Amino acid sequence: MSDSVFTFTGARVVDPASGRDQAANVVVDGDRIASVGRASRGLAIPAEGLVLAPGLVDLHVHLREPGGEDAETVESGTTAAAAGGYTAVCPMANTQPVADHAGVIEQVLRLAREAAMCDVFPVGAVTRGLAGEELAELGAMAAVGVRCFSDDGHPVQSARVMRRALAYARTWDAIVCNHAEERTLTGGAQMHEGAQSDLLGLTGWPREAEESMVARDLILARGLGARLHVPHVSTAETVALIRAAKADRIRVTAEATPHHFTLTDDEVSTYDPVYKVNPPLRLKTDVEAVREGLADGTIDAIATDHAPHPPEEKEREWAAAPCGMLGLETALAVTITELVRPGVLTLSEAVAALSTKPARSRDMVGHGGPIAAGTPANLVLFDPEQRWTVTARSSHSRSRNTPFAGRQLWGRVRHTLLRGRFTVRDGEPLRPAHEDGMGDGA
Amino acid sequence: MTHDHILDPPAGGRTGGLSHLLDMQTLDRGSITEILDTARAFHELAARPIKKVPTLRGRTVCNLFFEDSTRTRVSFEIAAKRLSADVLNFSAKGSSVSKGESLKDTALTLQAMGVDAIVVRHHASGAPLQLTRWVDAKVLNAGDGGHQHPTQALLDLFTIREHFGRLDGLHVAVVGDVLHSRVARSLVQGLATMSAGVTLVGPPTLLPLAADRWDVDVTHDLDPVLGKVDVVYLLRVQRERMHEQFIPSIREYGRLWGMDRRRLGQLAEHAAIMHPGPMNRGIELTADVADAPNALITQQVANGVAVRMSCLYLMLGGETADRG
Repeated sequence: MSDSVFTFTGARVVDPASGRDQAANVVVDGDRIASVGRASRGLAIPAEGLVLAPGLVDLHVHLREPGGEDAETVESGTTAAAAGGYTAVCPMANTQPVADHAGVIEQVLRLAREAAMCDVFPVGAVTRGLAGEELAELGAMAAVGVRCFSDDGHPVQSARVMRRALAYARTWDAIVCNHAEERTLTGGAQMHEGAQSDLLGLTGWPREAEESMVARDLILARGLGARLHVPHVSTAETVALIRAAKADRIRVTAEATPHHFTLTDDEVSTYDPVYKVNPPLRLKTDVEAVREGLADGTIDAIATDHAPHPPEEKEREWAAAPCGMLGLETALAVTITELVRPGVLTLSEAVAALSTKPARSRDMVGHGGPIAAGTPANLVLFDPEQRWTVTARSSHSRSRNTPFAGRQLWGRVRHTLLRGRFTVRDGEPLRPAHEDGMGDGA
Repeated sequence: MTHDHILDPPAGGRTGGLSHLLDMQTLDRGSITEILDTARAFHELAARPIKKVPTLRGRTVCNLFFEDSTRTRVSFEIAAKRLSADVLNFSAKGSSVSKGESLKDTALTLQAMGVDAIVVRHHASGAPLQLTRWVDAKVLNAGDGGHQHPTQALLDLFTIREHFGRLDGLHVAVVGDVLHSRVARSLVQGLATMSAGVTLVGPPTLLPLAADRWDVDVTHDLDPVLGKVDVVYLLRVQRERMHEQFIPSIREYGRLWGMDRRRLGQLAEHAAIMHPGPMNRGIELTADVADAPNALITQQVANGVAVRMSCLYLMLGGETADRG
């Protein structure tokens, strides 16, 4: 569809970057938006009742390639992303080999360019081999476009290494994202520590393990004027710490996942490892606090922590199964169902958390809006009123480990456009017919 | 009093709908009473010269043990054999499991072989519940991780009831590592269902974090409790707890929470001492306490067979009648 002209007519344009939330015709010409307003050109695509928003942006995914192709590939993961309305995702560095040098980063960028379903902005490792001991060569990765470094899945346990990383990353004003888990408190941990872990006889992951490391990292970042990102906020106290840090002008951003603002540790009583995740599902009070953090802007972004695992890995004893859940194809609908419909966020605030704010936090030019003449046509068109039932089997991921299977959700993606080309049309991913000169992902 | 009715299939009483035995939480008062009453009949049968009944002839019971446990496995094996069931023992060591077979594939294999019941012991909490999703056989939990050990709780309830003639209104102190104990979780729930009171005693590091939700009293001081209780139930404490810094030393644990001759003297005349085994003599209790006349520890073991016969009988015996 690129190199063509068409108009979404009568769409509700929700564009936090320009503050717009009103019906308009949006003309796409080639890879860019030509106009937003009353004009209409080319093929008319009726969009009355549908929402047109900037393509979604996910700060936290695992595409598993290289090394974990049983679970996901860059192609399958970015296809799932497009199906979920995303035009940009940030894959984490815990691949095999680890993305702790420019070679792996370039490989992932190349695979994403070939798949051409979604831009990728790879996250580089903070330390060599994610071992938490020696700094990786951040400069070499920054040179190929990396703007955020994380040992995700592995906390940078040493305060000294974390402090050095925060300081060194300032060279590029890059972000360090630290998986906050004080490991000396989580040995053998299987779920949130509390009344449920008492009953189920599973070793608990105390909330203090997250909170004490977030507190440490905030204090380290303050002293250095460095940029810190807190991934997958899961406890009420973490939200409070970040709220206070922002008031104190510490340069911190934070994300929350749909599962942490929706599900609780009650799910674990099934012993179905599809609910096993790190950080673990916590209590209703934590879910409420994360929602408040999203509502008042303490938490900037909704990120999925999309973590595919093949069935044979998840269909095991709880203690033997790996942590992680799919998220890319359900995040928008879970957000609409759990946050927008109950009035926690307006639709515009939800789009800001799913697209505009995460894009801005990493300088992802062309993503997150604005939807305006001359900008790249990275867009999602969705029906916020369409109800559907999540089925694991229909996922475009190679894996099936969605915790939302069987749930009825509101909000379904109709079309996703990456630089004017339909990556998803009428809900179905469209592979590019040929190599058509995709721009760089990062 | 004769109990010849146990030669016949059960009449489908309270436990008639009991498809699996996974935990004590889901057993109501009537079901527990039926299991204990039936166990009493099997217990008397054990005093006869011929201990075997034909009730489960033609049925196959598989002991699926992923964790070493000679006493529980043997107890289940004797129970099944006295009911005339065919028994096959499947232990993780030296089997396909040690070659990397998953729990699910093992389950599907047993399913394909057509076993009627699986008695499973597993180091992972929840594994028996997961098994029920993969097999049609009835699943009996013989201990899963730190979760539940329902037949141990039932044999403990049986032992207490035999000794005191009732469970209602008794007061039991459960002492030690409640946090890691599947025995404690099951027993406390069973006692609560049968209207017995429970006091948990132990260091805060080894008690459940949210014990207030358990409908029990909690204390860290053993001595004041001793004169007030009918049963002192001592839990096994493992040496690893010392290495993991739950307690500073085994010696200090014994001094603060172990039963010795001095503490024995503080008990009420009628009070009993219990332990699920295997005992660490000199840690949870001294040798003279273990061998004291009011220690019911060997009775617990003996009662295990009758209680497990009762469970197997009530779960498997009824099906024949249904089919007929």
